[in-house]
Amino acid sequence: MGPAVLSLDDLAARVPDGVQLALPPDYSGCAVAAVGALIRRGAGGLRLVGVPQMGYQADLLIGAGCVASVEAAAVTLGEQGPAPRFTAAVRDGSTEIRDSTCPAIHAGLQAAEKGVPFLPLRGILGSDLLRHRDDWRVIDNPYGEDDPIVLLPAIRPDVALFHAAQADRAGNVWIGVRRELMVMAHAAKATLVTVEEIVDEDLLADDRTAAGTIPALYVTALAEAKRGAWPVGLRGRYGPDLAQLQRYAAAAATPEGFAAYLREHVLGQEAAE
Amino acid sequence: MSEPRPEEILIATIAELLQGLGHVAVGAASPIPGAAAFLARERSGGAPRVSLLGSQAHNFFTDGNRELFDCAAQGRIDAFFLGGAQIDGQGNINLVGIGGYPRSRVRFPGSFGSAYLYHLVPRVILFREEHSPRTLVERVEFVSAAGVSPANHYRPGGPFALVTGRCVFAFDRARGRFRLASVHPGHSVAEIEAETGFAFDRPEQVPQTALPDAATLAVIRGPVAAAVAESYPAFAARVFGIGAESAA
Repeated sequence: MGPAVLSLDDLAARVPDGVQLALPPDYSGCAVAAVGALIRRGAGGLRLVGVPQMGYQADLLIGAGCVASVEAAAVTLGEQGPAPRFTAAVRDGSTEIRDSTCPAIHAGLQAAEKGVPFLPLRGILGSDLLRHRDDWRVIDNPYGEDDPIVLLPAIRPDVALFHAAQADRAGNVWIGVRRELMVMAHAAKATLVTVEEIVDEDLLADDRTAAGTIPALYVTALAEAKRGAWPVGLRGRYGPDLAQLQRYAAAAATPEGFAAYLREHVLGQEAAE
Repeated sequence: MSEPRPEEILIATIAELLQGLGHVAVGAASPIPGAAAFLARERSGGAPRVSLLGSQAHNFFTDGNRELFDCAAQGRIDAFFLGGAQIDGQGNINLVGIGGYPRSRVRFPGSFGSAYLYHLVPRVILFREEHSPRTLVERVEFVSAAGVSPANHYRPGGPFALVTGRCVFAFDRARGRFRLASVHPGHSVAEIEAETGFAFDRPEQVPQTALPDAATLAVIRGPVAAAVAESYPAFAARVFGIGAESAA
C-alpha cells in the first residue's frame, strides 16, 4: 500500500497540535498551501524545526498563533528583511526560541536517520549557543587526546512537511537535488508531502529520476497542490513572487497588517481550493 | 566608465582577499561578498570555484544543505563570509540579538552556520558595511561564533579580515586583535578611530584602499552583476540597475 492521497485540509489534519514539525527553508521545497490549511484549521502548540532555517511559512505560522517553539539556525525573509512575526514573538516571549546552527540541525537529523542517539560535530565550542543549549554536550574525543568535541542529540520530528514537483502513483516523491528533504523524510516519524502533480510514470524506473526520489516507504501521505510553494517558489518550476513577499514583509511589520494579510491571502483561500 | 560606487569598491577590495584560492563559498544575504567571489573568478580565468548558497546556477552541491558543512569540515572550502549585527575586537560575532537573551530587545535572524564554519574555513572574511560604535563593539552581547579559541580546540579556520564601509582590518590570530590595513577613499584614520568601538592596532602609515580600475569596473558591471542578479535581484536592481522590473 502506498501513502494516502488526501485533500489539503485532510493532509493538514495529519499535523496534530503540539507536534514537532520539521520545515525546510524558502529556497528548498515549502508546502506553503498546506501551511495555509494548517492555519485555517487553527493548529496550535507546534514545535517547529527549521532544516536548518526557515522563512515565510514559519513567520505565517508564528503570526497566526500556531507555534509554541522554534528550533532553527535562523528565521529570516532573506532579501525581504527580517521575519517580523518571529522577531516580535521572540521579543514578547510568546514563542520559545531554541537557537541552533545549520550543521547541528543536519547532524541531529542524520543521527535520527541512523537510529543513533547523537552525532559529534566540529566547531561550536566557545559559542553562546552551547551555553544556552542544555541538550548539547561536550566530550573529550575518545580517539584523541585533550580534544573537546560537541555532541548533538538526534532530532526525530513527529512530522516533516514539504512540497515537491512530482509524486508517482505508488507515492514515490521526486525532490531532485534538494536532498535535505530526503534527510527530513528519513528522520521524521511521519512525512507529509504536497506535490505539483501526481504522474503515471514510475519515478524509480529510471536512475535519472530514482537518484532524486524519496521512496514511498518514507512517505505517509500526499496531497496535490498546484503552485503549492507560492509565493516562495519551487526550484525548476517557478521562482519566488518577490512582489508578494515584499507585500508580506511590509504588512507583517505590525500585528494589524499581518492580520489583514492573513485574512486576504490565507484565511480567504478556502473557496479557491 | 563612471566613478566606482561604494559597493563596487567593496566588491573589488574583497575580491583581492580571495586571490589564489580554490573554492570560495558564500552564504545567505551576502550580495557584495557574492559579487566579490565572482569577480575573483572572472579575473583569474575560472579560479576560484564559487558556491553561492541558495543559488541554482552557481551551486554545484548535490547532496542537500548539509553538504557545504561536511565539505568545510574536510577542508574543501578555502574562504567563507560572515557578518554580524555586532563584531567585537576579538573577532566574536553576534547574529542573534541585543538587549538580553532569549527575549532580546532587538532580535536578528540567527547564527546560521557561523558557530561551525568560523572554526573550519581557513579564511573567513567578516563583512559589515555599517562601521559604527553600534556595530563594532568592545564585546558582543551574544557570541554566535567565537573569534579565537584555546590551543586545545580543533580549529583550522578563523577570521582573516574585516571589511567595512570605511576600511579593511586584518585579523592577527595569535594576538586576537584587528590591525587597520587600509582606509577607503574619502575616509580617514581619525574617523575610523572615532567610529570603532574596539581597540585595534595600526601601522604608522595607513595606506588607502585601492580603487578598482576601468577594466575591473567593466567586469563588475558586466558578468559579475549578471551572475549575482540570480540570487540577489533586489541588490542587482539597486546597484546595477538590472532586472529592475522583476524586483520592483
